[in-house]
Amino acid sequence: MTQHKIIMDRDDIDRTLNRIAHELWERNRGAEQFVFIGIRRRGVTIANRLSKKLKEFEGVSIPVGALDITLYRDDLSEIASQPVLKRTEIPWPLNGKKVYLCDDVLYTGRTVRAALDGIHDLGRPEAIRLIVLIDRGHRELPIQANYVGKHVPTTKQEQIEVMLEEDDGIDQVVLVQGV
Amino acid sequence: MDLLIRNGRVIDPASGIDGRYDLLVLNGKIQAVQPVIKPPAAIDCRIIDAAGCIVTPGLIDMHTHLREPGHEYKETIQSGSRAAAAGGFTSIACMANTEPVNDTAAVTRFICERARTQACVNVFPIGAMTVGLKGETLTEMGDMKAAGIVAVSDDGRTVADTEVMRRCMEYARTFDLPVICHCEDHNLSRYGVMHEGITAMRLGLRGIPPIAEEIIVARDILLAAWTGYPVHIAHVSTAGSVRLISDAKQRGIPVTAETAPHYFTLTEEAVIGFNTDAKVNPPLRTAEDRAAIREGLCDGTIDVIASDHAPHSSLEKDVEFDNAAYGMIGLETSLALTLALVHEGVLTMNQAIEKLTINPARILRLPKGTLVPGTEADITIIDPNQRWTIDRDHFFSKSKNSPLHGMPVTGKVLYTIVAGTVVYPFPA
Amino acid sequence: MELRQKHLLGIEDLSAGEISLILETAASMKEVSSRDIKKVPTLRGKTVINLFFEPSTRTRTSFEIAGKRLSADVINISSSSSSVVKGETLEDTGKNLQAMNPDLIIIRHPNPGAPHLLARTLEASIINAGDGAHEHPTQALLDAYTMQEKMGQIEGLSVAIIGDITHSRVARSNILLLRKMGATVRVCGPRTMVPLFIEQMGVSYVPDLREAVKDVNVIMMLRIQLERQQQRLFPSIREYARYFGLTRSVLDAARNDVLIMHPGPINRGVEISPDVLDTPSTIILDQVANGVAVRMALMYLLIGR
Repeated sequence: MTQHKIIMDRDDIDRTLNRIAHELWERNRGAEQFVFIGIRRRGVTIANRLSKKLKEFEGVSIPVGALDITLYRDDLSEIASQPVLKRTEIPWPLNGKKVYLCDDVLYTGRTVRAALDGIHDLGRPEAIRLIVLIDRGHRELPIQANYVGKHVPTTKQEQIEVMLEEDDGIDQVVLVQGV
Repeated sequence: MDLLIRNGRVIDPASGIDGRYDLLVLNGKIQAVQPVIKPPAAIDCRIIDAAGCIVTPGLIDMHTHLREPGHEYKETIQSGSRAAAAGGFTSIACMANTEPVNDTAAVTRFICERARTQACVNVFPIGAMTVGLKGETLTEMGDMKAAGIVAVSDDGRTVADTEVMRRCMEYARTFDLPVICHCEDHNLSRYGVMHEGITAMRLGLRGIPPIAEEIIVARDILLAAWTGYPVHIAHVSTAGSVRLISDAKQRGIPVTAETAPHYFTLTEEAVIGFNTDAKVNPPLRTAEDRAAIREGLCDGTIDVIASDHAPHSSLEKDVEFDNAAYGMIGLETSLALTLALVHEGVLTMNQAIEKLTINPARILRLPKGTLVPGTEADITIIDPNQRWTIDRDHFFSKSKNSPLHGMPVTGKVLYTIVAGTVVYPFPA
Repeated sequence: MELRQKHLLGIEDLSAGEISLILETAASMKEVSSRDIKKVPTLRGKTVINLFFEPSTRTRTSFEIAGKRLSADVINISSSSSSVVKGETLEDTGKNLQAMNPDLIIIRHPNPGAPHLLARTLEASIINAGDGAHEHPTQALLDAYTMQEKMGQIEGLSVAIIGDITHSRVARSNILLLRKMGATVRVCGPRTMVPLFIEQMGVSYVPDLREAVKDVNVIMMLRIQLERQQQRLFPSIREYARYFGLTRSVLDAARNDVLIMHPGPINRGVEISPDVLDTPSTIILDQVANGVAVRMALMYLLIGR
């Protein structure tokens, strides 16, 4: 028997992203060069939304890149079906830039590890910061997010499903129990 | 030992017998075929109950390759004769393309001597028409006949020079030796490795057009018409050849023909996947050709079914398709494939038996292929309804190159009897 | 969507969906090739053997670069250095290589079906890099990728393939692929080098070159192998070039936006005249560049897990 519990709705998500956008701008005032890079696919959506919000609030245009981490994964031999490769689209140099890396859920940290490797192959940023909508714990690597939308304590048996309008037709975060 | 075979359906097309009879063998000869024969007083008369079975004259395969001398790792006269016995054949005629070629009386004598001491069935050598199968110089057919050959053929090669072919036929006539023609225009087939058609095109393999066969069939028919001496066309594979032979027969030209079971069973598609076991010469053709071969068998255009048993080892077959040798084995599968034609209604049982017995006997002028009292008791007993699966690992042949592996078939040999002696099942 | 095959032996075995997956994956790989650091760790620890029984520079190098960009260890074995000269059978060569536990063997061989023979006997994945006149699937895929890149999609395109169709694995694989993806194909060349039953592959035969190039989106020229002359398939290079060579004047009969492709290596001045080679319609070097991306995609899809 599986149980679905909505832990964030449309308004919660929007409010959270607003907060992150403000915080981020607060700390970066001084017009340093920074960019968003989303991890495909929902990380890209989150990055796009943050960029849009900054445009709205502050009138600045922060570029958004898309990173596919498949080629850097360490679990290709373990997962049941091979992921379809999507294009990495980061059409500008990263050297000297501050990168805000976005993803929907932070869990073991392995995705972020792969993303860091991927970014390294593309250039040498001045700094990399991590933004996640949900941090559900259970890290397997020494990785922490700089901006977290919501901390959700979970067990390993539970699942977090982030759904975003652009990708899934609805904005909500669901905790699935008893999978 | 004497033999009484009871209760079987005896089919002897030569004498027109088809019915439930008992058959008595005394001293290696057919003694009597009668509705009911009481076991004779003789003490050691073995009785075989053939109820539900077919009792036929021993099957004759007029086209095999035994590979001895020269390629004993593929087959020997001994192993080939065992494969023949297991396939129901009591007599086999072996082609001359050994190493050395059977183009002298010495080689013929060697084969006959080996056969006498090693073979469990009758082995009749076929001599080469030209020295070394080179198509240039006539062989000493008189000497070879005296040594034991029953026919001449350059099988595997066509005598390309038509003048030489004509002289071969005329010279063979001097000794009343049947001439068996391998029909292939080697210029047209030079680059080919399979039938030229859609499958070859898809596989990127070079093709052998059907006309490579038909042009020489037509030539040899014309030579038969001109010289008045019969030719026997080996392994007919194309619809066009069937038509040419049919026309020739209607015009009274002395021509006979054989086909091999694979040509009425398989098509070019057997090659898909680069299956070298399906590489054979002439090549497997199209479904239309297969249909024409079946029709030619039914209407009598094609007189004989012969195995063209061509053993090859993995050395010749587990290689690139282009480099693989031509040929497939057939002694142990020919009867089952022929019976499939009977089960499918293409041939009557009588027609099928005829093409495996009396017809090849007549063409080779052998006093065999019949159960008429007084002839040597070569007999095959067949259970026509027994189902089995062709399994390359259970062949008695030394080679396994059959594309039919795994095919379910119906009809199995129970006994093969040569001159009154049961040679198959093999004595323990 | 995943590639169902363990091997890539021919376009024949691929579905339209699988072809699309390969092309889509290649697009991502092309991005990797455009970076300063052209290397990703995906195939770290995998061993790829390039087993070439025919001389080839472009294809072998392309596979080698593809493997290296994915961090695989790539070993090249060419026929001059292999045991073939010592009389070893292909099967034995394969078994010996297998004993060293490679993940992927890329084979080019003059005989059709040679990769299939290896695939039947070995554990490793096999990519056919050209087997006689049979198939050259990676060439067809890179051609398709290039067409898709330039024209948006393959469906609905009209393609003319010109030259020695009979002996061309490139033609065969391209015909199969283009038909599966919904393009129309016409072939053109001396009838001695066009199979008798070519229409049964769903293509039309047009003997006249100007007719053949009329209204097509893509002209694909094939390399004419000069030894075919000895097989009496055409009388002279001069006459071949005159009737089947792509020149400026032939191009006048074609669309202005026609693309010209060639699998290489080119006989300059025979099948394509130098002035045509230098027009922007000619996208032969794009084909070469895309070859690396397509081969990376295949390696990822076949052994990337």
